[in-house]
Amino acid sequence: METKNIIIVGVGGQGSLLASKILGHIFLSEGYDVKVSEVHGMSQRGGSVITYVKYGDKVYSPIVDKGEADFLVSFEILETARWLEYLKPDGQIVSNTQQIDPMPVITGAAKYPENLVEKIRAKGFKIDAPDCLELARKAGSPKAVNIVLLGRLSHYFDIKEEVWQDALKKNVPPKFLELNQKAFELGKNAGAE
Amino acid sequence: MKELMLGNKALARGLYEAGVCFVSSYPGTPSTEITEEIVKYDEIYCEWAPNEKVAMESAFGASLAGRRAFCGQKHVGLNVAADPLFTMSYTGVNAGLVVVVADDAGMHSSQNEQDSRYYARAAKVPMLEPSDSAEAYEFAKLAYEISEQFDTPVIIKMCTRVAHSQSVVETGERTEHKKDYEKNIAKYVMMPGNAKKRHPVVEERTKNLKKYSEETPINKIEFTTDEIGIITASTCCQYVKEVFGDSASVLKLGMTYPLPEQMIKNFAAKVKKLYVVEELDDVIESYVKSLGIAVEGKNILPVIDEFSQNLIAKAFGKPVPSGISLEDEIPARPPVMCAGCPHRGLFYSLKKNKCIVLGDIGCYTLGAVPPLSTIEMTLCMGASIGATHGFNKMLGAESEGKTVAVIGDSTFMHSGMTGLANVAYNQSNSTVIILDNSITGMTGHQQNPTTGYNIKGDPAGKINLEALCKAMGINRVRTVDPYNLKECDAAIKEELSAPEPSVIISRRPCALLKHVKHKPPLKVDTEKCIGCKSCMKIGCPAISMDGKKARVDSTQCVGCEVCSQLCPKKAFVSTGGEQA
Repeated sequence: METKNIIIVGVGGQGSLLASKILGHIFLSEGYDVKVSEVHGMSQRGGSVITYVKYGDKVYSPIVDKGEADFLVSFEILETARWLEYLKPDGQIVSNTQQIDPMPVITGAAKYPENLVEKIRAKGFKIDAPDCLELARKAGSPKAVNIVLLGRLSHYFDIKEEVWQDALKKNVPPKFLELNQKAFELGKNAGAE
Repeated sequence: MKELMLGNKALARGLYEAGVCFVSSYPGTPSTEITEEIVKYDEIYCEWAPNEKVAMESAFGASLAGRRAFCGQKHVGLNVAADPLFTMSYTGVNAGLVVVVADDAGMHSSQNEQDSRYYARAAKVPMLEPSDSAEAYEFAKLAYEISEQFDTPVIIKMCTRVAHSQSVVETGERTEHKKDYEKNIAKYVMMPGNAKKRHPVVEERTKNLKKYSEETPINKIEFTTDEIGIITASTCCQYVKEVFGDSASVLKLGMTYPLPEQMIKNFAAKVKKLYVVEELDDVIESYVKSLGIAVEGKNILPVIDEFSQNLIAKAFGKPVPSGISLEDEIPARPPVMCAGCPHRGLFYSLKKNKCIVLGDIGCYTLGAVPPLSTIEMTLCMGASIGATHGFNKMLGAESEGKTVAVIGDSTFMHSGMTGLANVAYNQSNSTVIILDNSITGMTGHQQNPTTGYNIKGDPAGKINLEALCKAMGINRVRTVDPYNLKECDAAIKEELSAPEPSVIISRRPCALLKHVKHKPPLKVDTEKCIGCKSCMKIGCPAISMDGKKARVDSTQCVGCEVCSQLCPKKAFVSTGGEQA
């Protein structure tokens, strides 16, 4: 199989490392060669972060370049817009609708663009954009946004439910498992547009 | 067992299986996780040292004692540890000794993007460069064989994309390799008479290592065509394979010092056109040219920033995909101090007092970005104090009343103490602020000699910063709570006007530490808020303007109340709900 590319973007500290770890384990258990590339250090302090997940028969480069991603998974809608050019024109977006003002917007030096979901759709992209923060709260913690997103993303893969559940079990602390299972379920069933 | 592993974790696994007994490191992105993974193996003694030089010397001592030893650091860390490294090349080792240096091309989290490959040549120490996790694992084990066979320290050079990428690794079992310590003054006491005899040994060893480099299977030719030949190493191997597949022959170098002269000549002779693809400087390319071989590389590829498959494809005139973006201007999202960061209040006070702030390496370097824009210099670990001393000595009263050094607790332990010794000894009228957040923050929460805990989180020796500064000869030492703006303001004013050296310890644990208890998030009473934006001056990511009124993001706010102290209308009120 030709290599498939996923990029996970968000604001440093939102939990993208756990999401990429879980995806990596899932594709490995499905028998693929897998590479995951992460960002640590300075940019994790509230900066824009991107994580790459690649799987296929044989994966070489650990990173995804512009115009190469099959999936863009995003924790925040401005970040979806920022990394849009990494997506293939027929790529699929799964994005949280949450807005987090970056410092230039907070200080008034820049404006947060409006109606991003509509503008992205107008460019011909397929975008599935549930309010993951609201669903995470419903599951019991605003921190579960990453698992809500994974639940939503699972919708686009032909991978058995038990594989996702097993990966959750192996990667989240037991005391938060139930919460995360609920978050996954809510994400999965959030109506695709 | 097949497992998906971070490059750093795979390297740690290799160290474990190689029978390593001793690990001493100082954290630094992208090298930190090697040591954090090692600590999980009970068979290995593992510690955070105060700095890389101490770590390197400690690892040397462990090797001398007959136990395989390891020391890991980022590229700039090796500058600190270069002193022992260069002479360890002369003494050689007893049990195997391996050093990791992790470069950060692209400067994801660094102050420069120096190319550490020069160190191998300068110190005459062999260097291995893995290109993925499986090689990081394999090379770690091989490095100990080379170290003991050739009586030399070995450097493994990682880079961000190998250190922080996960790929598949098949692991094995640990083997033990212990030696006895034997007194050998001629080998281990590097005074001139002995060192003169050791230098020829080093040169002879390099000759033997050159032969090894020709024969080792980690330097290999994958010959597929005589049209194009590419010599490459590290993460660039992966990009080259992705771009060219079988349409270029590849000489993949796992050992990049010493380089295999004959193998390169043979490869060059077989291909019509020869290229070197390497990140940062033209280290391999210069060597190939020195052999009189026509080669291209840096004439089409940059010496700046990290590479990617598209960058290489473009350089070779191949088509690359292009993406589609929106017409909207997308505002940048630079890193910021977290909500509740204890550094924020202190920096606000420094800004208010119009201080000249000479900074250091850590999260608090973010005091240089808007709206605080307070730090005016950041160079390297510990430089804040040395630079403040020199600055004040030259400008005297003009600067002494407004210039401060700011340095974190871990950075102060790393190399701030010697700077303070100079302030105390040569008596510059300097004020040093130690930002004690009780952890090494930027690299992801590592313990240090001031926290009272070791790398395992067990109780350990604890250095008392106040007592230390006093013992060094600083008479004026005081502690403030950076959440209390009035207290910070008073301390800064008083210490800057005092006619002698002084230290202010700004103490409050990092807001991200799990054991730190937070108050409930605040909210804005929109009846009281007059939209004056006073609270916006501190650059808290949890506060934004919602129309003409301030708004608090309850998912970020930790109730530190620094903003409340700036509000003229007392519009910030506690939500009193459950803890954030």
